[in-house]
Amino acid sequence: MQEQAIHWKSAANTRIPYRLYVDEATSALEQERIFRGNTWNYLCLEAELPDAGSYRATYAGSTPVVVVRDADGEIYSFENRCAHRGALIVLDKAGRADDFQCVYHAWSYNRQGDLTGVAFENGVKGQGGMPETFCKQEHGPRKLRVATFCGLVFGSFSEDVPDIEEYLGEEICARIERVLHKPVEVIGRFTQKLPNNWKLYVENVKDSYHASLLHMFFTTFELNRLSQRGGVIVDDTGGHHVSYSMIDPAAKDDSYRNQALRSDNERYRLKDPSLLAGFREYDDGITLQILSVFPGFVLQQIQNCLAVRQVLPKGIAATELNWTYIGYADDTPEQRKVRLKQLNLVGPAGFISMEDGAVGGFVQRGIAGATDMDAIVEMGGDHAGSSEGRATETSVRGFWKAYRQHMGQQAADA
Amino acid sequence: MIDLLQLAAFNAAYAQAIDSDSLEQWPGFFTEDCHYRITHVENEAQGLPAGIVWADSRDMLSDRIAALREANIYERQRYRHLLGMPLVEAADEGTARARTPFVVVRTMHTGESDVFATGEYHDRFVRRDGRLLLAERVAVCDSTVTDTLLALPL
Ligand code: FES
Ligand SMILES: [Fe+2]
Repeated sequence: MQEQAIHWKSAANTRIPYRLYVDEATSALEQERIFRGNTWNYLCLEAELPDAGSYRATYAGSTPVVVVRDADGEIYSFENRCAHRGALIVLDKAGRADDFQCVYHAWSYNRQGDLTGVAFENGVKGQGGMPETFCKQEHGPRKLRVATFCGLVFGSFSEDVPDIEEYLGEEICARIERVLHKPVEVIGRFTQKLPNNWKLYVENVKDSYHASLLHMFFTTFELNRLSQRGGVIVDDTGGHHVSYSMIDPAAKDDSYRNQALRSDNERYRLKDPSLLAGFREYDDGITLQILSVFPGFVLQQIQNCLAVRQVLPKGIAATELNWTYIGYADDTPEQRKVRLKQLNLVGPAGFISMEDGAVGGFVQRGIAGATDMDAIVEMGGDHAGSSEGRATETSVRGFWKAYRQHMGQQAADA
Repeated sequence: MIDLLQLAAFNAAYAQAIDSDSLEQWPGFFTEDCHYRITHVENEAQGLPAGIVWADSRDMLSDRIAALREANIYERQRYRHLLGMPLVEAADEGTARARTPFVVVRTMHTGESDVFATGEYHDRFVRRDGRLLLAERVAVCDSTVTDTLLALPL
């Protein structure tokens, strides 16, 4: 059967074919053109590779990769796939290693991913062995280009992808720097399994329109909803975004006074408001900044709750969301406790974000049988640039702009 | 002396409160200054302190229930806790330490039932005014992966 090509009805990104979330061919092509294409995939934090030999096994899209620090202090990354028959080289999620050996037939690799040893290469008692012509240097797992920025480790399969700073652009770089401006420490890791296509989660992250509509926690508890100034930044490629807001202390006082007048709301208030009692840690007054890097990286600052998220496709209708919660290495015990408390806002049980883990599934289930139809992404018009208001889907359109660029998908009427 | 039977009876009542949707009773199983956390084996082994849920007061537990009832949006679901025999590590008149294995099956409103979580409670009990209460319960899940969302307490 001939695969039907994805049909984009317009050059603008205001109509998204539902087929994109359910199509096998699209899913396979994304791995090739996006995750192994001209993009940088977030792999891990530098803080997770503290010493020579520290490694982590992770993914670039669906491709298993190893990230490791060698004795020269540099970070290397290569596909976690043995050059011999393709078995995983590294089985543990993380650890320390002088070198790596595949368990299947004991071929070995150094920390830079070079094939260094073939068991019984010269045979046994003059029998067997590899042919003379076999050259270890010519074989090995594919290596990734590695770039670090502010302690974030990215990997790319592409020789053509621009340097990381150029890829991110000035504004995104500055917004990452503002959070990752000093050494961080991991304080916990959690994985959330989402019952939907990976793009639905990325869109959710970029969708500043849904936040105050889906997540009733803040409004119900009458916290942090008034007089927020902020905006949305979308980079030129469309693929990266920042949405940010700040609580105006004066407005907060007002809203607090207003609440006190409405005593019948008492039962909706937090009994233990220490959950949201944060401290000011950035001079710019921004209390919320959600930043994404194409294709699947998110850096989060919600008050003092800091985390990075890695979005990994696991087939068409499953996504793994890896949360790495962080604090600064120089946190006081009090500051660390504030972060631990505020983590109740996010993750699979997060007062705010538990719902994000479910809505993607609602869409995935909802679009069954609608492969010839489109989603409407028209809030705020059809542009995909930065915006002062947040009742817009501009950064969602930005995602599709970048996506179509990478996928080579032209509009039917363009 | 706090004994096995008392701990088992406590756990049975705890599980019943959650599984029968009497969630408002749940904070009452804890002391006012309790610690409650849901985490998993890898974080525990590495001493990483963060939780999927992290509370250091009974009021924070009440706030969770209030949020579930009033604020959070999630598909209707029920749990069935199957709790193993508490392994009593230490016990005297007023305090006890125990570990209890759990299996939680989640049934969604669609009718699907799945094993949602397995793991072990790491507990510190105290007796206050004759009543047994949890001063600390850390639910250490075996899997590092959580399906979609975790709304109800473990
Ligand atoms: S598959 Fe790795 S050594 Fe054979
Ligand atoms: Fe959300």
